[in-house]
This record gives sequence, C-alpha cells and structure tokens, in this order.
Amino acid sequence: MKNVKINLILWSLALNCICFGFSFSQGATISGTISDSLGKPIFRANVVLEGKSRGATTDETGKYSITMVEPGNYTLIFKATEFQSKKQEVSITAGQNIKIDMVLSAVNRQLDEVVIIGYGTTRTSDLTGAATVVNEKNFNQGSVSTPEQLIMGKVAGVKINTNDGAPGSGSTIRLRGGTSINASNDPLIVIDGVPLDNGGIAGAANPLSLINPNDIASFVILKDASATAIYGSRGANGVILITTKKGNGLNDELKVVLDTKQSLSTIAKYADVLSGDEFRQLVAQNGTQEMIDLLGNANTDWQREVFRNAFVTDNNLSLTGGIKGLPYRLSVGNRIENGILKRDQFNRTSASLNLTPSFLDKHLMLEINFRYVQSRSFFANRGALGAAFFDPTQNVYNDSLTEFGGYQEWLFDNGTPNTLAPKNPLALLNQREDISNVNRYIGNAKVTYKLPFFPQLKAVVNVGTDRSSGKGNITVPAASASGFYTQGSYSTYNQSKENRLVEAYLNFNNGEKNSKHLIDLTAGYSYQDWDTYRPSDTTSTYNESQDSIIYEPSSLFPFYTKNALLSYYGRGIYTFDNKYVINATLRRDGSSRFSPDTRWGLFPSFSVAYIISNENFLKESELINMLKLRAGYGVTGQQDGIGDYSYISNYYEGATTAQYAFGGQFYTVFRPDGFDANLKWETTKSYNIGLDIGLRNDRFSGSIDIYRKETSDLLAVVPVAAGTNFTNQILTNVGSMRNEGIEVSGNFGVIAKKDLRLDVTANATFNRNTVLKLSQISDPNATGIFVGGIAGGIGNTVQLHQINYPTFSYFLYEQIYDVNNNPIESGALIDPNNPSLGTYKDTDAFVDRNNDGVINVDDRYIFEKAAPDWFIGMALNLTYKNWFFGMSMRGELGGYIYNNLHSNSGTFQAINGTQGFLNNISSLYYNEEFQNTTDRQLLSDHYLEKADFMRLDYINLGYKFGKLKFTGDKIGLNASLTVSNVMVITKYSGQDPEVNGGIDNNFYPRPRVYSLNLTFDF
Amino acid sequence: MKSFYKSLVLCSLLLAFGALNSCKKQLNQQPMYGLNAAAVYGDPENYIHVLAKLYSGLSMTGLQGPAGKGDIAGIDEGFSAYVRVLFNLQELPTDEVICGWNDPGIPDLNKNSWSAENSFVKGMYYRIYYQITLCNEFIRESSDAKLEERGFSDSDKAKIRTYREEARFLRALSYYHALDLFGNVPFVTEEDVVGAYQPERISREQLFSYVESELKDIEDKLLAPSAVPYGRASSAAAQFLLAKLYLNAEVYNGTNQYANCATYAQKVINSGAFALDDNYPELFMADNHNSPEIIFPVVYDGLYAQTWGGTTFLVCASLGGSMVPADYGVNGKWAGLRAKGPFVDKFPDSTLDARFQFYRNGQTKDIISMSSFSQGYALPKFKNKTSTGGNASNNNTSAFVDIDFPMFRLADAYLMYAEAALRGGGDASLGLSYVNALRERAYGNSTYNFASITLDDILDERSRELHWEATRRTDLIRFGLFTSADYLWPFKGGVVGGTGLSDHLKLYPLPTSDLILNPNLIQNPGY
Repeated sequence: MKNVKINLILWSLALNCICFGFSFSQGATISGTISDSLGKPIFRANVVLEGKSRGATTDETGKYSITMVEPGNYTLIFKATEFQSKKQEVSITAGQNIKIDMVLSAVNRQLDEVVIIGYGTTRTSDLTGAATVVNEKNFNQGSVSTPEQLIMGKVAGVKINTNDGAPGSGSTIRLRGGTSINASNDPLIVIDGVPLDNGGIAGAANPLSLINPNDIASFVILKDASATAIYGSRGANGVILITTKKGNGLNDELKVVLDTKQSLSTIAKYADVLSGDEFRQLVAQNGTQEMIDLLGNANTDWQREVFRNAFVTDNNLSLTGGIKGLPYRLSVGNRIENGILKRDQFNRTSASLNLTPSFLDKHLMLEINFRYVQSRSFFANRGALGAAFFDPTQNVYNDSLTEFGGYQEWLFDNGTPNTLAPKNPLALLNQREDISNVNRYIGNAKVTYKLPFFPQLKAVVNVGTDRSSGKGNITVPAASASGFYTQGSYSTYNQSKENRLVEAYLNFNNGEKNSKHLIDLTAGYSYQDWDTYRPSDTTSTYNESQDSIIYEPSSLFPFYTKNALLSYYGRGIYTFDNKYVINATLRRDGSSRFSPDTRWGLFPSFSVAYIISNENFLKESELINMLKLRAGYGVTGQQDGIGDYSYISNYYEGATTAQYAFGGQFYTVFRPDGFDANLKWETTKSYNIGLDIGLRNDRFSGSIDIYRKETSDLLAVVPVAAGTNFTNQILTNVGSMRNEGIEVSGNFGVIAKKDLRLDVTANATFNRNTVLKLSQISDPNATGIFVGGIAGGIGNTVQLHQINYPTFSYFLYEQIYDVNNNPIESGALIDPNNPSLGTYKDTDAFVDRNNDGVINVDDRYIFEKAAPDWFIGMALNLTYKNWFFGMSMRGELGGYIYNNLHSNSGTFQAINGTQGFLNNISSLYYNEEFQNTTDRQLLSDHYLEKADFMRLDYINLGYKFGKLKFTGDKIGLNASLTVSNVMVITKYSGQDPEVNGGIDNNFYPRPRVYSLNLTFDF
Repeated sequence: MKSFYKSLVLCSLLLAFGALNSCKKQLNQQPMYGLNAAAVYGDPENYIHVLAKLYSGLSMTGLQGPAGKGDIAGIDEGFSAYVRVLFNLQELPTDEVICGWNDPGIPDLNKNSWSAENSFVKGMYYRIYYQITLCNEFIRESSDAKLEERGFSDSDKAKIRTYREEARFLRALSYYHALDLFGNVPFVTEEDVVGAYQPERISREQLFSYVESELKDIEDKLLAPSAVPYGRASSAAAQFLLAKLYLNAEVYNGTNQYANCATYAQKVINSGAFALDDNYPELFMADNHNSPEIIFPVVYDGLYAQTWGGTTFLVCASLGGSMVPADYGVNGKWAGLRAKGPFVDKFPDSTLDARFQFYRNGQTKDIISMSSFSQGYALPKFKNKTSTGGNASNNNTSAFVDIDFPMFRLADAYLMYAEAALRGGGDASLGLSYVNALRERAYGNSTYNFASITLDDILDERSRELHWEATRRTDLIRFGLFTSADYLWPFKGGVVGGTGLSDHLKLYPLPTSDLILNPNLIQNPGY
C-alpha cells in the first residue's frame, strides 16, 4: 500500500516536469488527500508552502488544493493536530497540476502534545501534576446551553451537576470535593488567559451561560496543587482553562461552518400527587366540614397547566480563514431556549472574533480575543413550580370572578385574596413579567515577543477585561391576586460588573537543542481587580402605575464594591533526558480583602515525574508506549466568596423602611457591622500521586491519581462570644477540613479498523470529605454549624457541619417503626379501635438517644451526607463508515437526599383547610398516612433516601454526508439526532435524585430533549 | 524600520512590567459608601442616627425593613425581633397563650421542654447582647473626654450627653431582661472594646446591683417625661424599671425590696405626666402614640419602621379561623396565637369587661391540639385601626402596622404599687384605689370595684390588664405558680392537661454556643 502511494507521488512529480514547458505563464495547482495510517481522511489538516504565507486546509474528505502557485522549488509542510508533521520537497513548473497525497502518522499523543498550563504551555510529557485535557471531539452532544455541560461526566475528579432544568441554568462544579465552608467552592475558570468573575450578574441565570459553548475548542482541568499553585490564592478548588477556537488559515481561503440545532424539550417526570378525585375522596373521608366546604368539582392537573413542550433553537455560523497572513475566526451564534415552564425563555446572541497575527518573522505574536454576548431572558415565575400542590379540585378559571384576571384564587370572606394561601399557578405565570437584558464583553490581547538577541527568552503581556451589565424589570399587574394589596408592583434592577487584568511574564526555554537538559523558567506578575456597581435609584418598588412607592430600601447611596489581587509568580521545569521532570512553582498573592498585616500569602508547589517508558528497557516495548509516575505537593489559597471589606469596622446607614421615630420624626439609623480585623486566607495543602499509562500505541490509555487536600484556617461563619462584636456570628478563620480520594480514568480503543471504530472512555472518582476542626476552642459538646434549611416551619435545618464528619451531614431524629415496619407518628392513636389506649408520645416515635424522656435537639444524630462517595462517567463512541453513534452516562453512589416534598407535603395536615384554602399533597402520603406535620416529624430520618443514580445523559446518532453532490461538491453536511436526559436509573422516590445540596423541594425539572443537528461547511 | 518596531515592542513590554507599583496601591480598598467610626462620631448631627439604631434594636431586625441585612444571624430575621422573642419567652410557656406553629423552638416553648439549643432562647440571648454591645460602643464614643476632644459646641455636648444616658438606660433594660430570663450571664461594659476575648461572668445578684446602680445614676440625668420626645426614655422610664426590679427582688437576689418598689412606682405615678387612657382597647391601636398612658413605647410604623416582628406579629399571628384580616387593618392571618382556657376563666364577668376581647366564633375554649387554630379563643387585642375606626398608614399594602408596643405603661405602675403595698411596702388602700381605677376603666363604672383585695386578686388583675404584654412569666414566677403543680394549663410540661415543672425552668439556659466560646460562663443548673 505504502509503495503504491510513493509511486504515485513519484509519478506525479515526473508528470510535473513534463508539463512544465507548456504552461509557465499560469500558476500551478497542488492538490491531494491527507490521511492517517489507517487511510482515514484527516479533516482540517494544513498544508503550507514553507516560507510563504500560502497554504490550504483539508476538507472532510481530507482533500486540499493550493492554487496559483508560482513556479519554483518549495518545501511543503503537512500539519495536523495530533499528527506528526511531515515535509516534502517539490519543484513546480508553471500551469502544472500536481497531486501530492500524504499519510501522517499519529503523534505519541500522550507525550508530545502541547498542553496549556497556567501562564504558558508545556509538553504533556513534562506535566508533573494532575491535569486532564478534553478536546472538542470528546465534548458532550445534544442541546448544551452552557460550556461546562460539554465536559459533564468526562473527567475523573470533576463533578458537574446542572442546578436544575431552567433555561440557561448554571451548574455546580466541584473538583475533588469542596474545600471551604463559607468561602467559594467553585473552581477558577480562565478563558484564553482571562480569569473570569464567577459571581452572578443580575438578570442572568448563571455567568457561564454567557459563553457560547460553540466557540470552545478545549478544556484543560488542573486538579492538584502542583498544577494550580501557580494560581495561588485562587487555585484551591482547581482551575479550568478554556481555550476558544482560533483561526488557523494562513491563506485567503475561507472556511464557513453553519451549525443549526433544533430541539424539543419535554418534561421527563411529573411529581406524584393526588388527582382531583383522589383528593376529594380523601378529604370527604378524613376531613372536617370546613375542609369539605372548600372542595371544588374539577379534576385539574396543575402540572400540565404550567409545564409545556418547548422548542429550543441554536444556530451558529463561523468563518475561519486568513487575510494576508492574518488568521482569524469570526463566529456569531444565537440560541433561543424556551423553558418547559410556560413563558420561560433565554435568548442568547453571541459574537466572537479571534485574531492571531504574527510579525517580525514570528518573533512578535499577537492574540486578540473579543467576545460579546447579549442575553435577553424572560424569567417565568418560579412560584409556579409548586403547581403540583395546588388544590386539584379547583378549576383554572372562576367564571363568576371578574377580578384577578378571572383566575380561581383563594379569597377571604370579604373577597380579598388570602395572603397565606397559594396563588393560582397559571395566574402566577401569566401575571408577572420579569424581563432582563444582560450584556457581557470579554476581551483580551496577548503579546508574545521572542527577544531578537536571545530567542530562548519570551516576554508575554496579557491585558484583558470582562465587563457585564444586567438590567431588568419586574411587573405584577394590580389586577392580579398577588398584586392586589399593593396595586401591583413595578421594580427595576440594574447592575454592572467589571474586572480588569494586566499580567506580564518572562519565559525562558532552552529549546530542544540540548535534549538532555530541558529548562523552562517563567516569572511574572499579575494584577486583577473586580468591581460591582448598582445605582441607587433601582432599588425601590413602585405600584404598577408607578405613582407611589411600596418599598424603598435605601435611595441614599448606590451600591459599590471593589477588590483587587496582586500576584508575583515563578515556575521552573527541568527535564533530564526526557525521563525525569522536576517542577517547582511559587506564587505570592496580596488581596485587598484582608488587612495589610494579613494580606500577603505565599503559595509554593513542588512536583516530580518519572517517565519510565523512556527508559531503554521499555523504549522498544510493543505493549507499553507510555508509563509515567507523578508526585506533587502544593499549597493553594482561597479568598473568593467572602465580602470585600470584612476586616474593616464600618457604619452603614439603614433603609428608609427601617427608621425610628422620636416625637413623630423619623430618623434613619447608623449601624456598625461586625468585623474580624485578623481575617486571612484559607489555605489548602494538597498531595497527589499519579500514574499515567499508554498501551499498544495508546489503544488503551489511562491514569490513576490518589490525592489528599487539607484546608486550614477555614473561612466559616461561626458564633462569637456574646457581647464582643457587633453581631453574634462572624466570618472568621476557624477550622480545618480534609478531602481525600482516588481517581481512575481510561480510554479504550476497543475496535480500530478503517471503517469501524469503537472507543470507550470511563472514569470513576472516590472522594471523602471530613471536617477536622470548627472552632478556635475545640469542645466535643459543640453542636457544629446548622445548615440545610427546609420547607416546613421557619428555620428548620436538616444538615450539620460537624467535626469528624463530612460537610452537609444529615442531623435528624431516628424514626421508630412498628412491628409492620410502618413509622410511628407521635400524637397518633396507639390503636384506632381502642382510643382509651391513648396516643403515641414523642419518645415512641423517635429514639431517645440520651434517655432523658424528652425528644429534643440532643436526640438528633448524624447519619450520612449529601455528597456521593463515588461518581462515575462513561462514554462510548462508535463510527462505522460515515455513521457515528455516541452515548454518555453518569452516575453517583453513596449520596443521600432528604425528600422535603415527602416530609412537608406528605401528611394530611399539609392539606391545610383551617385557613380558608386547601393544598394537594404528595402521593407518598399513602406510605404511612401521617396526620400531622410536626417539627419533630419534619426532622425524621424517615425522609432520608439513597440518592444513588445512573443517568443516561445522551444518545447521539449521525451521518457524515461529506460534500453534497447536488451542491457541486461545495457544501458538506453532517447530520445527527440526539436525545438528552434519556433515562435515570434510581430507587429514589421523588422526581429526580440529582439535587445539589441534597434537599429536594420544588425543583425545576430537567427536561428530556430531542435534538436535530445539521452542520454545513462551505 | 524593523528595529524601530522592535524597540517599540521592548519599551511597551517594559512599561507593562513597570505598572506594578501603581497596582500595589489598589490593595487598599475602602467601602465607598460606608462610614468609619471616626467619621460617624466626628459630626454631632450623626449621634441621633446611632441613637435611633439603639432604640430600633427593640423594634427592627436589621438595616432594611421589613427584613434584610439582619442584626442577628442563625435565626429567621423576623423571629429575632426583640419584642417578638420577648413575647415568646414570657408568654408561650405560661397560661396566657399557645402558638400553633411548627417552627423549631415554638412547640418546645409551649410544652416547657426547651433546651440550650432552642432558637428563641438563642434569639433572645443574642438580641440582648447585640443591644448591649451597640450601647457600649455609643457610650464609649460619647464619653465627656471624647466629646471634648472633638471640640463640639456646649449645646451639642449637652444634647449628646442626654443621648448617652438614654443609651445607658437601654443597656440597663437589656441587662434587666438578661437578669430576669437568664440570671447569670456575661458582663460587658463600655470599658471592653470590640474584639476576640471572653467576657467575665456576672451572677444574678451582682447584675441586680449593677442594673440598680445604673438606673439610679441616670434617673436624674434623663429628661423629664414632659421634656422628652415620644419614643425616647425619660426619667420615668428608669423609675418604672427600678420599680419592676425591686418588685421581683426576692426572685432575683432574695431581698425584700417592696418599699423601694412602691417608692419608684409612686415616682412614676406622681410625675403627673401620665394618665390612664379612657378606653382600654385604644391602648393597642394604630394611633396609640396619642395615648397618655404609655411611659415607654417601642415605636413601629407601617411605612417607615417595617418588621415581621413586633406588633405586626402580635396582630397577624392572633388572626385565624373566620376572622377577616381587613377588619384588623392587615392582610394576613398567620393563625398562630390563641388564649388558653385558664386565662379565659380569669374573666368571670365576661363581656362586661372591656378587656375581654376574645374572638369565639368557630373557636373552642379547650385545646387538645396545639396546631389547630380553632382550639382556644382567638384574641385580637392589637388592632391596626385608629381609635376612630380609620385605616393606618399602611393603607397601600396592609402588610405592616403602626401600633406601638407599650413596653411600660401606667396601669402596670398602678399594679406594681398595689402589689408592693399589699406585700407591706406601701399604702395598701392607695394600692386598692389604683386597682379599682383599672377596673372602673374596664367596666365603665365602679360596680365591679374590689372592696378589698388579696395577692391572688392582684395576679389575676395583672393577667386581665396586662395579658400578652410580655410580663406573665415573671409574674407567675414571683407568685410561685410558674413551675408549681398547683396551677396547671394546657400543655404545661407537654401534657394536654398540664403537669408540674422542674424548678430549673424558671431560668432559661445559656446557649451552648456561648458556653463553648466563653469558658467563664456556667450553665444554669438543670440544663
């Protein structure tokens, strides 16, 4: 086969020479096909005429063509990512049409690939820390609205859960567990070198939803401190480096890709509540006359009234190419995502421009990224998510009612709305306008300059900014039940945020000339600041006609907050003989959030790698092509997620609604806020040992990492001794916690034939989190920090941070069950047929752990926790000729969930009926038929369930049509069908076991989405 | 040309690297719209705004009304309102009221089964110390030396000195509540600066002496009742609190101080600044700031002093069943508070007594279920309507009320005098006449006047007159009936029929969280 090809080339060269004489006045054409060693065409490979800004890019079928080539001798360079470049000498005569096919062999991917790390790049072989790269081809398919969803379930140690099913809704991202209690647990996200502000912006569901996933080329996830310590105070929760797509064309060729995705979202599962008939029957049987009098005759399924099938359309157009040696990529996209909750809509329009010119013989390289996003949202009233529990015997409309838009509403006897009663869910949706408009600009310019007299030394300056502004308004008409008492309401919000970045660093790399000793040194500094501003005039609430103020918190001052971070950093990587790598980093950060005494933190890291496969005894191994052992230690910090001025004592003026009157005259109040002058960084020490392996030329590759992270000076809100501060709880550095775990990941090329490929990737992570210390004075009697508020009563919490337990451990009463294994209800008759036996006491229903005859907080116990022990991801990709198929699964094991709908809406009392209205209840009521919702019962471990699940995230099937004949082979097409959120395997009794935080209550259901995706290229 | 570009690039790079120093200054960020202490206290006009916060610590819960930027953390903001937690701790464990809600801590108060983790116990404790810490700061910042140092005019200094004495009164009031509810507590004064330390413990007896000495010292420094603007503390407020302190001295430090009680009650009565309101119900209505009877109010307003605690809570929580909220000037019925039977029975003459304001339609007198609002008579004592039947200032939203909470009022001074006199501290016949003055107001004539009275009559009269005004627990303890099995009410001790309580429940426990942080403290016995 090979010989045939070489012959072909020789023949074409010969042909070249023959043709020379006939057509010297015309430019020649060079064309051909580039393929891999299996004969599979390589898409987007580059062919460049060395020394000229001329070249071409291959299409889907691997074909390229360079026209108008002046006669002469050239060196052709064939390049493609993940393949070894090749050169080919060619001499060309005028008018010649020369055909050169080329076979490129894949690089030893795991060793030679260039990977982006903080402040620079390195070869994969020189990586000493735990870092994972996810490229475009491994991205999740289907209707993806925010970037992080592209890698959900793909990376060991990275747990990504979408918060809910709302359009543009964010995700919770945790790398190797959370390291903090009150500071942020979110990883640092860096796009093209600009660290993003992770805080939300008014009017956007989630800041990451303002990045178009279609513009993203790759993710690099830095997981351990030896990789993240270069980000110092912001590296504790890991770093996600996002690289966007760039122009790669050097010639005038223009590549146009049009991607269109049409999706239909449907509700995957409804909450299980009583039907109108079931409800009527239950109330008629057990209810009081007062309740029966409130019943209606209808059978309304309120969930079907508020949810819908919703269309999502996502169109993206990108233009890639080069103008006179200026590579560019311009893309525009628009996504209109309708929520399954009626009226919910997210409409994002994005534009991005990347320019990567180089000057002075590539000594000066410029990278300019500019991104603009506008999102316009209509937020449907989330109050309607409680629709399942609206009385199903009521009609949607009340024909006899002219007020309140004709909707059925619960009213007092005098015809005014009952304030405690739930409002008609459909009226809530239709009688509230919440419209927002958010603009975000992210831009950066990066200059890389190789010093002319010393080319091993590069200077890099990166200047960037991320600005966003959101505004919106909320209107509730006076004619609605919810707006009745205020004659409607009108309020606006307006917020702008800005962050600025300046960084400069020098990099020395002695190059590959002296291959025994590779030295890479980097030193630099970075400055970044963030501010948030809200004008003062947007905080008031008016009535609908805006002629009177209902609510005026404070119109005296606008809101403004700012913080800044200044850092110096350095890194050295030394590689000896391609076998031993030593990596050391040091960063010093100063934060404006702390006093000058505690402001500066030092964050070092040290790591080593041993590439065993480069030892002589393995070099020739057919089986093992890669074997690398890594070990690292590093210190990172955390200061995100806390207030900007928590160390300063300050007075603030109160709002006009919180004044005090002396002699009838109102005075605003001045209040000092609590503070901790000694506030400082939270510090995380982390250890990592890893092994990377590649077998049979990477047919199988995988990694194992074992890690431990210990956070000290934990920032937590804890009580202060009464009388010593201007508050009773304060944010301070009090405790410590540990995360430890194991990550395993593997890629298997199960089948690798020319027409048939099957790749399977899988990863699994075990993480255990333990709180080690929570107060300055350790006391075994300390109860810990209550968290996890639930619906039912005000101030009930079901979780606890406690020493020696994971964060968010459940803290509940232990339910006692009768002989039939039914839970016992305190206050219920012991024997309904024999009332004289009396009723069950608290101590009959719950275990009296301290045997004092009273059930109170001292009898609560710690049992399980919200976070899973294991989280796993698995994906499968199959290609057969032009067909491709993919699926991705994700699962979590060992987590628990508190079913708040069961506890609060699963008793007869939840029907209410004593305050002039009825509520529907959960069908789980029939499990135990509890009559009353009591504060004790709400805190029963009976409502704690295993949250284990396995979710089939998507199935994707597609066909590559290649260039379409009827378009004259000009337009190529890929088409695919995807079903997202296909199914969930779980024993959990509620709607969805995947609830962040572990408390399930009125959740925006994740839709099941059917998508058709067409990608055209020109 | 190329070398020109090269130098240009080099220069720009150097510039970028050189920008470092200007960045360093950026690390010193200050809040743009906050005021540091020096700026606040540097301007004499600001002091009244800080003073307003000290008073509003009794009414509001944070910097925004009705909620937002709360003062106290770890408890629902509305729950943390001073008057609301005081009401819960003084009334729910007694014969006067039951609350039907499931909020953590409420059922425990109903059933006298609270622990040191009870959220209302914690809420009260931390609210008290929040007030004390804020008062300490103000007293510290308005010392004579500091006022001198700031070079204020004599008239400003005089004005601020009065504010300072009022801050001392407010601190004494909170320490009085600490003494009454918790007994032995941490002790901090203006001498202790803000920061991490462990305050000393003070015993109940020592705290009694401290509160007594403070009140006596400021008695003449506070403005006379006639000179003080409504809402601020006058000398009569200090005298009233002293009378209350002395009345309960036997409980607090085991001494008989009824004569002192009578003396100070008499001072309040004889100040001539107060008179009984003609109409009892109007004392608890939206325009009660006009009442001549209130000695020290906690001021609320439906527009400018909004809170979920305070009198908004007292009105809305008392409404339920078939009551129409609009009749009471609000839009919500929270269906929580009802009267317990033994308290209803204190009104043998029922409807003739103007203080008998129970709502009985659809309500039963007996309570078997704590959570059913229909069990127990409702009691809409607080009404957000004006005495002329008009609407309050909240006309627009109907959410928050204008009613001021009468923390101290003349009727209590009358009853304190009568009780102290009957216990041998004063003129018993004068005392009897005071009690009869209240009865005449209640019945509209003297038909139901007492010819003679016993201590039990006084306790019952206090219940009829002062019910739901946060004095009941203290009164029952003074009369030895709070824990005794001799007097039972529904759910006393957690049993429907009621049962005797352990004596340790006369004091609330110190929150565990503070015991852990402050080893100087000792938990009250029994917890």
